[in-house]
Amino acid sequence: MLTDLFPNINLEDFWVATYETFYMTIIALIGTFILGILLGLLLYLTTKNGIWQNKFVHFVVAAFVNIFRAIPFIILILLLFPFTNFLMGTIRGPNGALPALIIGAAPFYGRLVEIALREVDKGVVEAAKAMGAKTSTIIFKVLLPESMPALISGLTVTAIALIGYTAMAGAIGAGGLGSYAYYSGFQRRDFDIVLICSIIIVIIVFIFQFIGDYIANKLDKR
Amino acid sequence: MISIKGLSKIFNTDAHNQVTAVDNITLTINEGDIFGFIGYSGAGKSTFVRLLNRLEEPTEGQITINNQEISSLKTKGLRLARQEIGMIFQHFNLLWSRTVKENITFPLEISGVPKTERDDRVQELINLVGLAGKENAYPSQLSGGQKQRVGIARALANKPKVLLCDEATSALDPETTNSILDLLVDINNKLGLTIILITHEMHVIRKICNRVAVMESGKIVEQGNVLDVFLKPKQDVTRKFVEQVMGSNEEEEDLQQLIQSYKHGTIIRLHFVGETTNQALISQVAKKFNIDINILQGKITQTQAGAYGSLFVQMDGDQTEIKQAIQYIEKETSVELEVVQHVN
Ligand SMILES: Nc1ncnc2c1ncn2[C@@H]1O[C@H](COP(=O)(O)OP(=O)(O)OP(=O)(O)O)[C@@H](O)[C@H]1O
Ligand SMILES: [Mg+2]
Repeated sequence: MLTDLFPNINLEDFWVATYETFYMTIIALIGTFILGILLGLLLYLTTKNGIWQNKFVHFVVAAFVNIFRAIPFIILILLLFPFTNFLMGTIRGPNGALPALIIGAAPFYGRLVEIALREVDKGVVEAAKAMGAKTSTIIFKVLLPESMPALISGLTVTAIALIGYTAMAGAIGAGGLGSYAYYSGFQRRDFDIVLICSIIIVIIVFIFQFIGDYIANKLDKR
Repeated sequence: MISIKGLSKIFNTDAHNQVTAVDNITLTINEGDIFGFIGYSGAGKSTFVRLLNRLEEPTEGQITINNQEISSLKTKGLRLARQEIGMIFQHFNLLWSRTVKENITFPLEISGVPKTERDDRVQELINLVGLAGKENAYPSQLSGGQKQRVGIARALANKPKVLLCDEATSALDPETTNSILDLLVDINNKLGLTIILITHEMHVIRKICNRVAVMESGKIVEQGNVLDVFLKPKQDVTRKFVEQVMGSNEEEEDLQQLIQSYKHGTIIRLHFVGETTNQALISQVAKKFNIDINILQGKITQTQAGAYGSLFVQMDGDQTEIKQAIQYIEKETSVELEVVQHVN
């Protein structure tokens, strides 16, 4: 039936492309989560009157975040080619896309993390201090758990942006649905392929949104 | 014992402006005291109490709690010292992501109490503050009073010697306030804990404190036993706070008119000063002597040190009986008596 509606689709290529999109999104999302939390925490902790108040570190981290957020993703991939080559040994395929995906998305997520941390009740942080908590305890037992719903919502938004990025990366050789739509669909004038890729990407986005909303809701005991 | 010497805190609000929030406070707080600090908004009460566990760094001065000089501790020592100073807050400051039980466990995790001992201790605390059955509720499912009970249990988890309370009842309705204050007194009796309490409501001081300090612009302007301060307030601020619970003297002027209208009997003012034994005085006198006692006006309030206030009564009947009754009160009880008017 699928082949009747979309005559030009090669099922095997299609499944590989879908798999690659999932692969890139998930691995990049994990990397983005870790790097973004790190950046967000640094921004939050080193800010004025923060726990680790430090103008210099704050400036450097903020500059990193702002610069990499400002560069359009498609240019960022090109800019990072040497770095990617050095790190991954290749600039092609799904793995070749990962460094750019993570470096492109982490600063964005880092800002969302910072905003989420700022929303944590200052009084609760103060109560933990008054109990004699170490900074690491405050981070892992107060700041992160108390901001978890916002961290998850932010991650959902970031995941959806990442799916978009994988498609762009696909157009310059990273594989995945973006690549399939562009090379097999658009360039050969087989628009049914472009259409099916769009539909699948929309479905993937909906799945991520649904899972993200569900987890965030589940965690929110406020 | 807590001893505070020359404690000051100056905030630099910007490059040119400074606020002296706490101004050269010297004070001793004895073990087992419930020491109340009262003052209007901006008097520096919160800043003062936050200096005690160094949530604010003192600009100057010394704080010693149980022979440990808090003001000279380094990071790690301060952390350990803080584990032995409980604190409760106006807005409770519970972790919403944790249940009641988990919130109370938190300070035990911080101080490294082994997992196996935590559960027993937490259950004990939950029973102490009267929250049995709510162990697995989240703070959002509790009322304000229940939240503050969690706050108190949490503050007591590491068996502190001192409990700091910053406006602990200001977000609660009067009835809940009373139940929380009763709990604090109960804890003070059971655990022998020293409680330092900040408030802007005199009835809180009246109800549970044995000592009080009145703060104004960062300074302590008056301090002493609660009863003494109630009896003989020296400063205007203090007088205003005392009027909060005792009413003002204007009422006594009204009384003069009332008294004039009584054409017979003896009008007497009874002054209760920290009375604990003679509270049934009126009925005792009425039984012992053949006179009628008519209560005209009065205001008695209960403090930690007993009843305090005055009562105007009219004694009517046989002259000698009245005289004997007066003598009895003067000689046999500690209630002060003053004959206001004698009509025959
Ligand atoms: N972090 C701060 N920076 C600058 N000024 C401050 C700071 N904290 C307090 N102050 C100032 O110190 C003074 C005392 O404030 P504090 O909060 O101790 O008063 P308070 O007696 O607790 O009042 P309230 O009853 O309203 O809580 C105020 O003038 C306040 O503006
Ligand atoms: Mg205050």
